[in-house]
Amino acid sequence: MSLADKYSQEVDKILAKYPPEQKRSAVMPLLYLAQREQGFITKSALEDIAQMLDITSTEVAEIVGFYTLYHDKKAGRYRMQVCTDLPCALRGADKFLEQLCSNLGIQVGGTTADGMITLEAVTCLAGCDRAPMFQVQSADGLAYHENMTVDKTMELVETLRKSGKEVKE
Amino acid sequence: MTHLLLRHRDIAAIDRLDVYQTNGGLQAFKKAVTQMKPQEVTDMVKASGLRGRGGAGFPTGVKWSFIPNNIWPHYLVANADESEPGTFKDREIMESNPFQFLEGVAIAAYANGANAAYIYLRGEFWQVAARLDEKIADLEKAGFLGGTLFGTEYSLHIFTHLGAGAYICGEETALLESIEGKRGMPRIRPPFPAVYGLYGKPTVVNNVETLTNIPLIVEKGAEWFKSLGTADSAGVKIFSLSGHINKPGNYELPFGTTYRELIYTYGGGVTDGRPVKAIMSAGASSAMIVADDKALDTPMDYASVRGLGADLGSASVIVINDSVDLDWVINKTIHFFKHESCGKCTPCREGCYWMMNVIESIERGEKVKENTELLHSIAKEMQNKCLCPLGEFATMAVTTAIERFPADFIASEKGGSHG
Repeated sequence: MSLADKYSQEVDKILAKYPPEQKRSAVMPLLYLAQREQGFITKSALEDIAQMLDITSTEVAEIVGFYTLYHDKKAGRYRMQVCTDLPCALRGADKFLEQLCSNLGIQVGGTTADGMITLEAVTCLAGCDRAPMFQVQSADGLAYHENMTVDKTMELVETLRKSGKEVKE
Repeated sequence: MTHLLLRHRDIAAIDRLDVYQTNGGLQAFKKAVTQMKPQEVTDMVKASGLRGRGGAGFPTGVKWSFIPNNIWPHYLVANADESEPGTFKDREIMESNPFQFLEGVAIAAYANGANAAYIYLRGEFWQVAARLDEKIADLEKAGFLGGTLFGTEYSLHIFTHLGAGAYICGEETALLESIEGKRGMPRIRPPFPAVYGLYGKPTVVNNVETLTNIPLIVEKGAEWFKSLGTADSAGVKIFSLSGHINKPGNYELPFGTTYRELIYTYGGGVTDGRPVKAIMSAGASSAMIVADDKALDTPMDYASVRGLGADLGSASVIVINDSVDLDWVINKTIHFFKHESCGKCTPCREGCYWMMNVIESIERGEKVKENTELLHSIAKEMQNKCLCPLGEFATMAVTTAIERFPADFIASEKGGSHG
């Protein structure tokens, strides 16, 4: 089923935000909608969106390539994105990330064996006063986790693993 | 002091419409629409001396006065892209005092003859956007947004638009491209957004904090606003304080407060009780300020900070103590800008790439003296040649760190502890 059919109400709501002759503006919200399905943008989603907006699928793909929150490849169910920019680094973000790597048994950019967690280092998330901090991107959207410790993070990982499994089953 | 922008710190539940109204909320919007001509609102904001809080410090009323009245429709766009490392003030306003911000959007839209306003939030502010959507719906239900507002012919709709992780979209023309569904790359200017903005129509783009000041100015008047702050910097400012500081966070203070007061009186002093070594006054885009007594006693306003060879910018103050070397600091900022450079113009795209390669060599201890000179010259070559401010920003910390902290770029000193 195409995106337009499956999410017709949400698609209409998104398109209503922009002048009818400017519907290309809806490409970003539609990509978020498409990404809900599998955590990345599939080729058929690219084509669906292109068709809805009367643009080429290349024009949709260049948006996916340009913006970091869109993905064209499958990763873990939860992308844990740790800010390691200067203000966070001054509060120990690099060491925090290193410890997460060793606790999860993966490297930055890697995914845990159960396919649940992908660990990434990202640029500033506007949470500088509450570092170490990260966001979790998943099919459900984005959630911030701030003033974190390694222990608190590993507890969160267990919770995510459980809810991730429930969704799978 | 009672807060003017971070009012939620004084008034519980001001993020609820009824509480906001009980505390005078939406009276300014009503006053503007029912008693003032759009031009009168613009004149009032001009007279208040309000300057843009996003970083450039351009007078807001002057920006509004550039909107032509022979091209329609007009758009109002709120820049809520807040992506400068060290800046987290707009987020707090939108999360906790959303109605004052939305009222500011509404008044600004009215003043500029816009019937549609877009709030462009960085994609990471997913939850903030969802909450703002609820608040916008509350306003619509209560009749403060929509058609025939306050019995007049004026109508207004406000929409949120989420970005998706691109610092460059804080640059206003890149932001407009992004709303139009394109890659967020800056436009060549002129024409400026005031004439050719969103969908090629006259558009005002204002920062969240800037807009949050508007209801106060309309309610209390330009003279009152000017009485706060200093001669060239009217009003209050939210300083985002981060880095090596005991109490990081947002501090709403009058312009003219000194760095020493911000760091020691409000911020609780420096991590581990160490001396401050450097201050970045405007996030990662900032020049590096040597934190001597003169700097610490400098009042934070546009003119005084410029006297230190830096800019007030968005007032995101990053404190750096003597436990780190500045080569490590600029390694961080260079990687940031390399990642965020959009690639449209050559000096920024290639310059950031080469700065990254050279600083990495320095970090490995390779030909530190020669590579430091090379790094400095690459940064200098980039200056005044980039299409938008991002490329210029990328060089600020680099050149000033090398010039003002030469001891941190001496080979024998390398390999010390960092972070």
